Amino acid sequence: MKKVYLDNNATTKMREEVLDAMLPFYKDIYGNASSIHEFGRLARRAIDDAREKVAGLLGAASVEEIVFTSGGTESDNFAIKGAAHALKAKGDHIITSSIEHQAILNTCKFLEKEGYKVTYISVDKDGIVDLEELKRLIADKTILVSIMYANNEVGTIEPIEEAARIAKEKGVYFHTDAVQAVGKIPFDVKSLNIDLASMSGHKIYGPKGMGALYIKKLTKITPQMQGGHHEMGKRAGTENVAGIVGLGKAAELAKKELSDESKRLTGLRDYLYKGITSRIESIRLNGHPDKRLPNTVNVGFKYLEGESIILNLDMEGIAVSTGSACTSGSLEPSHVLTAMGVDPAETQGSIRFSLSRDNTKEDMDYVLEVLPPIIKRLRDMSPLYEKGKK
Amino acid sequence: MEGQYSEKVMEHFRNPRNVGEIPDASGIGNVGNPVCGDIMRLYIKVDQNEVITDAKFKTFGCGAAIATSSMVTELVKGKTVQEALTISNRAVAEALGGLPKIKMHCSVLAEEALRSAIDDYMAKKKKA
Repeated sequence: MKKVYLDNNATTKMREEVLDAMLPFYKDIYGNASSIHEFGRLARRAIDDAREKVAGLLGAASVEEIVFTSGGTESDNFAIKGAAHALKAKGDHIITSSIEHQAILNTCKFLEKEGYKVTYISVDKDGIVDLEELKRLIADKTILVSIMYANNEVGTIEPIEEAARIAKEKGVYFHTDAVQAVGKIPFDVKSLNIDLASMSGHKIYGPKGMGALYIKKLTKITPQMQGGHHEMGKRAGTENVAGIVGLGKAAELAKKELSDESKRLTGLRDYLYKGITSRIESIRLNGHPDKRLPNTVNVGFKYLEGESIILNLDMEGIAVSTGSACTSGSLEPSHVLTAMGVDPAETQGSIRFSLSRDNTKEDMDYVLEVLPPIIKRLRDMSPLYEKGKK
Repeated sequence: MEGQYSEKVMEHFRNPRNVGEIPDASGIGNVGNPVCGDIMRLYIKVDQNEVITDAKFKTFGCGAAIATSSMVTELVKGKTVQEALTISNRAVAEALGGLPKIKMHCSVLAEEALRSAIDDYMAKKKKA
């Protein structure tokens, strides 16, 4: 059966070049990068090289601003808790948005239990954060603003340059969870003037269990992992050399191909959405029409529930996902769509198609062939559909 | 495996039995709401001997909601109204080879839909 993987915001297939770059570090180059001998030096050199590539992709001024972590979640935890703990004497107020990833939201909840105060700014119907609200909310005790660069569920790209400027004008640290943005759209920490940025390896065809946190020089941050002097004393633990090398390779390739690939993906994404609109009635686009990740399109199918669509597509070899109720083991409707003001009944039937470099026009045509009869069959089964027809 | 559907659930999801409506139904049950993500509508046809001769459903919901709807229609057919009232949500779930814990509420909804259809039938009968 034909297989079409369209769940690349969840994770991507690692590139051959990345795996090839990593393999020697699982076999012959096994030294501890902290050792002085040649075995160690070879590992150290590989890490230095990877750090340069990641710094290059993020636009960091210096390689020392890149700290390797175990992934996006650790980077987010490190940024939020690290900054909050380091600035405890200055204040206890954190501002974030209502559509963040769980790695941010649950870290903030954790800090609330420690006594910090967290405010969640709202978004408009397209998922864009309210900058006026941000301006109003920054107070004397505010120590950190964290807003994602692009949303994982709907792909909306946030006005981070302006948000960072607002925070910096008030002397407040700015962090962005850029896990979904890095490697897909231009991202440059220097011109954005931000203090902290999280990225992940497996979203950009790199290894799972690898990520990085950009920490601008002189930023006060408390390490969350105690131990040796690894990673400039910011993150203890013997380096995952193969993983770091893989992340470096993925970053290098992403930087080289970003411009062409983002154009190609935007074309494919819009081709898919146009095809859906011309074949299926009563649908909606979730997310901003233009300010959106090149690879992401989230479509709401009225009168339907998401899981039943996913399972049907899965039977035809197509992998997609939903931010809605059933899949993630939570029965709550998507917090992102809810924050965007989508009718609660309509959040249920929302499906995210997230594309990758491996997807082709033929893949989109296959989806467009398979999807309409599935939607029709499920709608014929739905007690809501007849109501909608009246 | 936690969170995974049994073969039987997937089989009923793939080929749901008795989808549709009964225009001259003896009783109709409506339960759930779209905000929670499940709505079931169950139709039953009852003959003069109080035997349920036909059952059909329409459901908005996840795989488990569709499978439990399908299963409950299969279970009630040929049973008397009194017998049908003894069908519990556990019986529906067991007939499907079990449900993930987080989906057990779907079997509860199926039981409620059946009760609601029978209540509707009883109310209509009283009026007649």
